[in-house]
Amino acid sequence: MSKMATLNKRTNVELDRSVLEHKLDPKKFFLQWEWLLVIILVVILIINGSISDYFRGTQVLDATMNFMDKGFMVLAMVFVILLGEIDISVGSTAALCSVIMAIAYNAGMPMELSMVLCLAVGLGCGYINGILIAKCKELPSMIITLATMTIYRGIAYIILEDQASGGFPEWFQYLSWGYVGPIPFSLLMFIILAVVFGLLLHKSVFGRQVYAMGNNETTSRYSGIKVNRNKIIIFTLMGLMAGACALFLTSRMASTRPNVAQGYELDVIAMVVLGGVSTAGGKGNMLGAILAVFIVGYLRYGLGLINISAQVMMIIIGLLLIGSVLASNFLLNKPKALPKK
Amino acid sequence: MDEYILELNHITKIFPGVKALQDVNFQLKRGEIHALMGENGAGKSTFIKVITGVHQPEEGTMKLDGQPVQFKSTRDSQEAGIVCIYQHSTAYPDLSVTENIFLGHEITKGKMKALQWKEMHAKAQELLDRLGADIDSRASMGTLSVAQQQLVEIAKALSSQARIIIMDEPTAALTKRESEELYEYTEKLREGGASIIFISHRFEDMYRLADRVTVLRDAQYIGTWDVDAISNEDMIIAMVGREIKQLFPKRKIEIGEEILKVEKLGRTGYFKDISFDVKKGEIVALTGLVGAGRSEVAETIFGIAQPSEGTIYVDGKEVKVKSPTDATCAGLGLLPEDRQKQALILDWEISKNIGLGNMDRFRDGPWYNKTKESKTAQELAEKMAVKASSIYDKASSLSGGNQQKVVVAKALTSNLKLIIMDEPTKGVDVGAKAAIYEIMGELAEQGYGILLISSEMPEVLGMADRIIVMKSGRITAEFKSEEANQEKILEAAMLGE
Amino acid sequence: MKSSVNILEKNKTKKIFRELGLLIFLIVLCVVFQAINPTFFTWENLADMLRNTSILAILAVGMMMVMITGGIDLSVGAIVALAGMVSALTVQYVPQLPAVVAILIGMGVGIGCGAVNGVLVAKGRIIPIIATLGMMNVFRGLTYLISGSKWVSAHQMSDGFKSIATSGIGPLNTLIIIAVVVVLIFYYFLNYNRTGRYIYAVGSNPESAVITGIKKDRILIMSYTLLGLLTGLAGVLWVAKFASAQGDTATGYEMNVIAACVLGGVSVSGGTGKVGGLLLGVLLLGVLQNALPLINVSTFWEDFIQGIIILVAILLNISVKRRADKNALKRREI
Repeated sequence: MSKMATLNKRTNVELDRSVLEHKLDPKKFFLQWEWLLVIILVVILIINGSISDYFRGTQVLDATMNFMDKGFMVLAMVFVILLGEIDISVGSTAALCSVIMAIAYNAGMPMELSMVLCLAVGLGCGYINGILIAKCKELPSMIITLATMTIYRGIAYIILEDQASGGFPEWFQYLSWGYVGPIPFSLLMFIILAVVFGLLLHKSVFGRQVYAMGNNETTSRYSGIKVNRNKIIIFTLMGLMAGACALFLTSRMASTRPNVAQGYELDVIAMVVLGGVSTAGGKGNMLGAILAVFIVGYLRYGLGLINISAQVMMIIIGLLLIGSVLASNFLLNKPKALPKK
Repeated sequence: MDEYILELNHITKIFPGVKALQDVNFQLKRGEIHALMGENGAGKSTFIKVITGVHQPEEGTMKLDGQPVQFKSTRDSQEAGIVCIYQHSTAYPDLSVTENIFLGHEITKGKMKALQWKEMHAKAQELLDRLGADIDSRASMGTLSVAQQQLVEIAKALSSQARIIIMDEPTAALTKRESEELYEYTEKLREGGASIIFISHRFEDMYRLADRVTVLRDAQYIGTWDVDAISNEDMIIAMVGREIKQLFPKRKIEIGEEILKVEKLGRTGYFKDISFDVKKGEIVALTGLVGAGRSEVAETIFGIAQPSEGTIYVDGKEVKVKSPTDATCAGLGLLPEDRQKQALILDWEISKNIGLGNMDRFRDGPWYNKTKESKTAQELAEKMAVKASSIYDKASSLSGGNQQKVVVAKALTSNLKLIIMDEPTKGVDVGAKAAIYEIMGELAEQGYGILLISSEMPEVLGMADRIIVMKSGRITAEFKSEEANQEKILEAAMLGE
Repeated sequence: MKSSVNILEKNKTKKIFRELGLLIFLIVLCVVFQAINPTFFTWENLADMLRNTSILAILAVGMMMVMITGGIDLSVGAIVALAGMVSALTVQYVPQLPAVVAILIGMGVGIGCGAVNGVLVAKGRIIPIIATLGMMNVFRGLTYLISGSKWVSAHQMSDGFKSIATSGIGPLNTLIIIAVVVVLIFYYFLNYNRTGRYIYAVGSNPESAVITGIKKDRILIMSYTLLGLLTGLAGVLWVAKFASAQGDTATGYEMNVIAACVLGGVSVSGGTGKVGGLLLGVLLLGVLQNALPLINVSTFWEDFIQGIIILVAILLNISVKRRADKNALKRREI
């Protein structure tokens, strides 16, 4: 414990001490974006249930298998967007991870090692993004990840051309089709990771530093936060989660091609933004983004139930993204200025 | 014809919660250079924004050529022939000098209104040459120095045939020589028939240029005098409002052993050969004109930038400061010059801002302990007498002075030996200033060393035990406080070799 | 202030140097390609290359405008598809429709899409990446929706429509002529028109632009709308050229367009960008796309090579700028 300056207490200043005791302001508490998300989620679940008689009990849980892979990327993307940055290379990274895992396995590497390799490739791609972004402050992360996005997907194409690769062992399917009790394994993994990421963001020193950096990077640097190191860590984490997404995605589809996970970046960013994370950085939380994963996932699932085409879903996701930013710009907060130069 | 070209009477401007201007009067004679003086935060900038139509006053009248006018926007004032050269350059760095001069009133030809670049370049060059400025009209604005950019702004004023030109602290970022040149250009403008309002808080600007001077203080009109008829002392009293001595609670402090020593410190392009030391309980002022390299020295000691040569010692031991974290570990703290951009997160509560100063202190393993943070923040905020309803008020809701107190509290969460204060009272009202000086004194009393970076003479003279003067990246003089006075310091800051 | 002249001149040459460097690189590349495959420098091949590059050129000019304002548009690929699909469907149902009307329809669709983007950015205050990312999905989805996920293929299009891409004046293909006209018009607009210059002003210093009385929102909406117009035009040309309109037409093509701009020296932070440099960037990409198959590089390498070139270009840019700044500091006398 450090020594603290013992200054004379100045007179005539009253700082309300009672605020130290109770911090929950009920008015504020219920006026949160997350409640709106909860309501939307409940409505979607009810509608889904009324459309399909099968959408009951465990079926509700089973439906998550279809969208959990993106959820893993959302967890890390929350950190990226909180920094005021963006990573549009995540879909390509996942494709590269998946392709490399497949050819490694088919070249004779044990499946377990191939899976580690998959995560390692994701980690590496993320690390390269992080280094480039930290070292080239003049450039927005959007442009850098645009370049690496083309490169990562390009490598996947060089490796596999237009072939598919698969033939994975039977047990590999367990990742996305297996259960622990009534709960799908992928959902369980997601919940565990969500708790870990949530604690990291909201309870740890690192998380607080992320918020500080997203709000004001200069102040953060002057306050002794290792800004570059944190950026690299976050982009590396993003890459790692893209690798995790690749694992579950490949397991779900049982084979891979260089064009898998195309456009995932949009879905992931849309979920994060719908979850109330501000693209200007520094505002938002993990819970909102997690709720958004389920909202978008169940919405797609429900639209599938009533045979709405994938194309209409694209439109709906796009409108959802724009609508949620508009809502947070004009309803919840004061309008945000255009991005800083 | 009216004697006054511009006349403002009983102007009052209210922003939410603050009276930014209260019953201000101002008359500008034809063809005069009129200095508008006042400390930071006195209301000068708001006042010119009223003249240019950026703000509309709640009360008061404005007359141009004896006719009442109301400006709804800058466009209105521009059309009436009023041009303002702002303190912070409003230039377009990516565009050419010519385009910066002509933007908004370009020369066009024909039905298509094609822009006539050749003609504009030639005219721009002619304007610049007429000013005697050595600037290529085709160069892009971003490649010019601040002084050159200001010349371009002046050329722009010339080209628009402005009758009233307002210059908002044009000398703030200029060297002595550049200022001299600016004076000449300003006089040329006057010879060209313009009336000029020259805003500054530097005495030398006023004496060198102005015919008359109007002083604002704390948003109020203090008075207007002929420059020849007012003495230095009266001017200070008019600007500061009280005898300076009252402001500075100089304490008798035992000065201890050396804390910080820098030797031959240099950073390419910014400063060179900087050597000095600060002792326990001592307040050392580092002064000089803006742009002399003082803040850069502070940033280098604090690890924001790396020195290209020289050594830093703390408690006699050499330290390598590669980052602010290293500096804090060594016991060095910095209150940066730009509170809002470098020291605070405006959207955050006071408590979180204070906690930001030393997150490791509130660490429980990997977790952040908010209760600990709140307790410490409460304690420090009360000691600093931060005026707020609670520590959960946002930093953005505080006045400049109270924001600065939060920044001090933030620094005190770390175990420091020496605090570098870069312009700690910039943009702070007089009352809060006194409080900050008091805190400074108390800190020194407790054995902190303080390196005060300031360009405000009274502050430097009133607070410091020793005064180091920098000019253009080098130390030009060092005084004990007893031997120093305003003239000596200014001489070293402007002429020293 | 005497020394300033020197620095200025150096700066000027540095700027030209950038474009010169790009040009030299382009020439070297051509020479290498020619050495490997002598069919590269044949008239047919060059004409073919220009024809293939003309659509990219049209899109890049529009994208440059938006990037000068400090924005970006990720939805151009989707607008190309939507505009192309709408005009192709129209032609399918009204075969006797003149080609010019088909083009106008495509441009109309593009204007509508671009205006939506512009309004979202300017009035909705959504950052451009997010706004156009969202609209990209909407436009793409609409393309599938109106076509019922079916293709409009060559035999469903009138000959008049297809001839947009095959006809020409003398040796010059219509596509090339249209591209040249577009580039010339926008060169004039961006350099000799007041409104065109205000685009630069808004991108260079938005706050000042507002103080000067420039209607920033209007300029933003106009830039996105003009890009939309050009994209609509490109969409019709694209469909005519490939003689097919599909839901996934031009997927990801926005990346090529942005790459051309970045290579051509358009700053991503706004304020700068010149038609001359841009054309070099477009040509570089065009040459690569044309020559890689000629020298037997598999098409699967294309993405990778393109990505690497973008990355190298932006990294080179930064290092050149940093070195210049460092030298400027060293020259400063203390």
